[in-house]
Amino acid sequence: MSEVYIVGSGETKYGELWDRSLREIAVEAGLKAVENAGIYSRDIQILYGSSSLSGTVNGQNDIGSLIADFSGLASNNIPAVRVEASSASGAAAVREAYLAIRSGEYDVAMVGGVEKMTDIYGSEMLDMMSTTLDREWEAFFGATPAALAAMSARKYMADFHVDKETLAMISVNDHENASKNPSAHYRNKLTLDAAMNSTMVADPLNIMDCSPISDGASALVLASDRYMKKNGMEGVRIQGSGIAQDYLALHSRASLYRLDSTAIAARKALDQAKVRNDDISFVELNDSYSIYGLLALEDLGFAKKGSAKDLVPDEISLRGRIPVNPSGGLKAKGNPMGATGVGQFVEAYLQFRGKAGERQIKDPEHAMLHNMAGSGSTSIVHIVGGD
Amino acid sequence: MGELSSIWREADHRYRLIGHKCNNCGTVYFPPRDICPKCHRESIGKIKETDLSGLGEIVSFTVVHDAPPTFSRQRPYVMAIIKLDEGPSLTGQIVDCDPDEVKMGKRVRAVFRRIREDGKSGVIMYGYKFALDE
Ligand SMILES: [Zn+2]
Repeated sequence: MSEVYIVGSGETKYGELWDRSLREIAVEAGLKAVENAGIYSRDIQILYGSSSLSGTVNGQNDIGSLIADFSGLASNNIPAVRVEASSASGAAAVREAYLAIRSGEYDVAMVGGVEKMTDIYGSEMLDMMSTTLDREWEAFFGATPAALAAMSARKYMADFHVDKETLAMISVNDHENASKNPSAHYRNKLTLDAAMNSTMVADPLNIMDCSPISDGASALVLASDRYMKKNGMEGVRIQGSGIAQDYLALHSRASLYRLDSTAIAARKALDQAKVRNDDISFVELNDSYSIYGLLALEDLGFAKKGSAKDLVPDEISLRGRIPVNPSGGLKAKGNPMGATGVGQFVEAYLQFRGKAGERQIKDPEHAMLHNMAGSGSTSIVHIVGGD
Repeated sequence: MGELSSIWREADHRYRLIGHKCNNCGTVYFPPRDICPKCHRESIGKIKETDLSGLGEIVSFTVVHDAPPTFSRQRPYVMAIIKLDEGPSLTGQIVDCDPDEVKMGKRVRAVFRRIREDGKSGVIMYGYKFALDE
């Protein structure tokens, strides 16, 4: 089996990129990653595209071929497919590329995650996003992704005596870090007061508890240890990869506030990497809604159920015991769904190479990356770093 | 969104709240499923329809302000996860009351209502909602 390294990354700015198309941003991120890796695009042996909603929002499927074609690779005839797992599509694609290299079958893979969400707007977007829920038994009756997160939040807050400010501080932390990230959708700092007093979306969650509708693309080049050494390259190792699935609908799960898929994926990734939570220098987690930031901290193993509040806000800051989302997270770096999970690797790669600017974590050893579909139907956790 | 055929397919379950029971282990499921997640292949051929009382209690709820187009005229509306007395939980709206009266743990009963109107086809879809049971 090969060891797998990230050897290059690239991404577009995240945000409302009105004047740019799906293919433009996908290709921009891909070419940046190739350039950053110091390879030629002809060196890529297999490509994985990821997008959650391109077929629905943009009417464009077969993203794998689209990216390969407009990156100039059509006549290279490499395998190029799309991986889809709702808002966890990005990490799912990275994992497929990781497995392709780890198996020994390929030495160089590209992953391109992209989402172009602002081609439609307003409440219609909500209808599209609700396609990631159980269409017949949740969305049919008027449930939205925010409504499900809100129901988890209400029960959690009541059972563990957690106040609304604790949720808001997850978003405040994201904005603080994003203010130091030039790629972020939002670079403004968010005060606790503004977070608490924003427009209600689904009680108790208001708009500052919810990740935005973002456009964006992120790309990686992965390579085997063999290829890397032969070509005198450096990289950051993917040490562990865990994925787990749960019931699609929230109402079918064992608990409204236990992300079982996250807990299982984290355990698998940590065990494979032979790393403990205490060894993690920072975590990029899937806070599509602020409540998921708290739940993920617990189910990823950084706090007991109901006690993530003890880590907020000090311990999750860049100088805390377990810095959360140095990139700015889903709330403030942004959430271009199929790109989001790939973007977490871009952040980790920058951090390990000491290129994260003002938000640089000092001498990171291991990072944990957590990408999640919807309300927790699929979770994917990776550990990167080490040697 | 291509939901016309599914309206008819799921009509019985949505209109009359019919669930599925695994006669291998006795667990009742709603929404209906054809394989029991506990018994797997042992449940094949042993899943039978079962009537549900429509009585249950609110596990959690939210007041939805930001809604998809097909629900925008109902805003704000209360969505809840309800645990039915027979065991399974489901997602539905709470109606016929002020949102302030809705509390976790309160008893509810199913009522038959218009759920949504498809904007393009104009088809009206019906199913269950819940009312406070006092
Ligand atoms: Zn059974």
